Amino acid sequence: MKAICWYGKDDVRVDTVPDPKILNQSDAVIKITSTAICGSDLHLLNGYIPTMQKGDILGHEFMGIVEETGSEVKNLKRGDRVVVPFTISCGNCFFCQKEMFSLCDNSNPNAWMAEKLYGYSPSGLFGFSHMMGGYAGGQAEYARVPFADVGPIKVPDELEDEQVLFLSDIFPTAYMAAENCRIEPGDTVAIWGAGPVGLLAIKSAFMLGAGRVISIDSVEERMALARQAGAETLDFNDEEGVLELLKQKTGGRGPDSCLDAVGLEAHGTSMGAIYDRIKATAFLATDRPNALRQAIVGCRKGGTVSVPGVYGGLLDKMPIGAAFNKALTIKMGQTHVQHYLKPLLARIKGGEIDPSFIITHRMRLEDAPEGYASFKHKQDNCIKIVLKPGQSAATTNGH
Amino acid sequence: MSSPATSITNVGTRSDDKTDATRNKSSRKPSVNVGSTERTISTVGGAALALYGLSRGSLAGIAIAAIGGGLIYRGTTGHCNVYEAINVDTAHGKHGGVSVPGNSGIKVEKSITINKPASELYKYWRNFENLPRFMDHLESVTVSGEKNSHWVAKAPAGTTVEWDAEIINEKENELIAWRSLEGADVDNAGSVRFEEATGGRGTVVKVSIEYNPPGGIVGATIAKLFGEEPNQQVQEDLRRFKQVMETGARSTTEGQSAGAGR
Ligand SMILES: NC(=O)c1ccc[n+]([C@@H]2O[C@H](COP(=O)([O-])OP(=O)(O)OC[C@H]3O[C@@H](n4cnc5c(N)ncnc54)[C@H](O)[C@@H]3O)[C@@H](O)[C@H]2O)c1
Ligand SMILES: [Zn+2]
Ligand SMILES: [Zn+2]
Repeated sequence: MKAICWYGKDDVRVDTVPDPKILNQSDAVIKITSTAICGSDLHLLNGYIPTMQKGDILGHEFMGIVEETGSEVKNLKRGDRVVVPFTISCGNCFFCQKEMFSLCDNSNPNAWMAEKLYGYSPSGLFGFSHMMGGYAGGQAEYARVPFADVGPIKVPDELEDEQVLFLSDIFPTAYMAAENCRIEPGDTVAIWGAGPVGLLAIKSAFMLGAGRVISIDSVEERMALARQAGAETLDFNDEEGVLELLKQKTGGRGPDSCLDAVGLEAHGTSMGAIYDRIKATAFLATDRPNALRQAIVGCRKGGTVSVPGVYGGLLDKMPIGAAFNKALTIKMGQTHVQHYLKPLLARIKGGEIDPSFIITHRMRLEDAPEGYASFKHKQDNCIKIVLKPGQSAATTNGH
Repeated sequence: MSSPATSITNVGTRSDDKTDATRNKSSRKPSVNVGSTERTISTVGGAALALYGLSRGSLAGIAIAAIGGGLIYRGTTGHCNVYEAINVDTAHGKHGGVSVPGNSGIKVEKSITINKPASELYKYWRNFENLPRFMDHLESVTVSGEKNSHWVAKAPAGTTVEWDAEIINEKENELIAWRSLEGADVDNAGSVRFEEATGGRGTVVKVSIEYNPPGGIVGATIAKLFGEEPNQQVQEDLRRFKQVMETGARSTTEGQSAGAGR
C-alpha cells in the first residue's frame, strides 16, 4: 500500500510499504477513506518530537471501512464505517476505567522510553514517535487498529466523512480543552491560536456557555474564520501587546479562562518570544512556550488555564509565581478521545455543529508532502488538509 | 530514573565491585547511593539517550541529551541527587530475602499494580508454564510435579541455561516462592506476593528475583542473561504480565508496516 512516511526534519515521503496485518486478536485493519494532517504532525515535521525513526508512517486523524477483524473483536465487523481515535487505549486498566484514555497503562509497548522522560508513560498514539508506542499511523491506505472494541466508533451513513472525521482528534481535543476551562455562564474565554484546534475550541466554548471568546492569532484568514465562529480577535503582533489588549478588552479584570491552542512552537515578536528563539537556537531549551506564558500572566485571579497545545520537553522562564499568587488552576494533556466520541457525534448528528468548516484543502494521499509544506508555511490560505487515499485528483481538487 | 517502588541490591561478586568497597567503609552518609547494576543501567540508558538526543540534532534532542547526561553523571559517579533528596539508598539496601546463599549475585525487586483480583493473578502465575509468556529471557518452563518444574533460559550467543526448581513456600492467592535445586547452571530463587491495593484498586504484585553465579562465572555473565539490565528486564516482565492479565495479550508493534528507510 501507499503510506506517508517520516524521514527527518522537513522530509516526508510517499512510500510503498507492506499492507498492515492483524498482530493481536483484538486488532482490526481499516481501509482508510479520509485522513487529515494535524498541527501535531507539524511538530514531527519540524523535528520537535524525539524518538522518530526514518520510515515511520505518519497520521493519527483517520476513518474508513473495517477490512478485517481479529478473532476477539466483538463490536466491529467487516464493512463497518468507523472513525478511529488517535489515542490507543485498552479499556481495562485503572486509567481507562476512569475514562482517562490518553493515560492508558497498557497500550504503549515502549513505555520505558516515556518513563525515562516523564516518570510514567501515557498511552500509545498512532504515528507519533516511538516513545508514544511507535504505532504506524493512518496517513496510508490501510491501518492496523489495536483494541478495536475500545476505540473506533461506528458512524451513520447519512453523515459525510468530512463531518465526522475530526472526531478522531481535534473536535474532542477542542471540546475537552473548553471543558478544562471550567466555564461558568457568561465567562470570557481567551484562546491563543486560531488553527483547527483553536477554531473548534471557540465553538466548543460557546456550547459550554461562554459569554465571550477572544481569539488570538496573526494569520488573517484564520482570524476571519474565528470571527465567523463568533469570537473577537486580537493580533499577537499588535504593538500594544497581547496582555495589555486583553486587559482593556475585559474591563481590567482579565479573561476568566485562557486556552493555549498553540503549543510548543509559538511565534511572536515580544521579548519572551525572542528570548525563546535565542535559547532554542543555542540548544538551551526545547519548547517555545510564549503563548503559555501569556495565557498564565493574562488570566484573571482565580481563573483557569487550559492547555491542549502539545509540549514535549523542558520549559524555561515559566511564570509560576503568577500562577501561584493568582491561585490559577492549570489543566492539560492529550485528549481522552474515547470519552467524547458519543456525545460529540450526537452534537454533529443533531446539527449543532459541522466541524468541516475548517477544511480548506482536499488532496490525494500522494500529494501529502506538498500538503505538509503549505500547511506549515500557511500558504494558499491553508488551514486544514484532508487526504483521500485511493482517489484521483479530479475528485479531490475542490477547496 | 527508577521509580520509588523499585530497589535493586547488589550483593557481591560483580565485575564492578566498587559498591562493596564503599559499603564496608563507613556508616556515614555515603557518596555512592546508586547500586552498581543500576549504575550500569543509568550509564547505558543515559548514554543511549544522550547519543540519541545529540544525533538527532534537534531542539528536542537536546533535552533528551541533557536528561541522558544526568543519568550518565549518576551512573559514573554512583551518586543521584534525586535519591539523596528522597533518602533512597540502593547501594546499601536490605539483603534479606529468598534463598540464594552467601553474599553474591544479583537481586532485583520490583512491583506493579494490576487491575485484577489477587486470585486470578495467583492462579496464572502458579502455573509456571505461563511464565515464558511474559518473562522474555525464559524459553520454557515445564511443570514436573506439584512443587517441581524444569526451566530453560536463553543465554548469550543462542545458548541456553537450565535448572530444576521447587516451590519452597506458597499461600493461596498471596505468595509463591521458589528456588533452583542442586546442579543448576545458575542458582536462583524468586518470590511473588499479591497484596490488595489500598481502596480496592486492584492488586499490588511484588516480585523479588535473585541470581547467583556458579563458581568461576562472573556476575557479568549472569547480567547478560537479562540483556545486561536485570533491573529493567524484571520491570518489563512485570509490565507484560500486567498487559496479559488486564488485556489478554502483550501490546506490540512487532511485524507492523514501515517505510523502506528502516
Ligand atoms: N492535546 C491534544 O491531544 C492535541 C490534539 C491535537 C492537536 N494538539 C495541539 O494543538 C496545537 C494546535 O493544533 P492546530 O492543528 O490548531 O495547529 P496549527 O499549527 O494549525 O495552529 C496553531 C496556530 O497558532 C498560531 N500561533 C503561533 N504562535 C502564536 C502565539 N504566540 N500566539 C497566538 N497564536 C499563535 C499560529 O498562527 C496558528 O494559527 C498544536 O500544538 C497541536 O499539537 C493537541
Ligand atoms: Zn491531531
Ligand atoms: Zn488502558
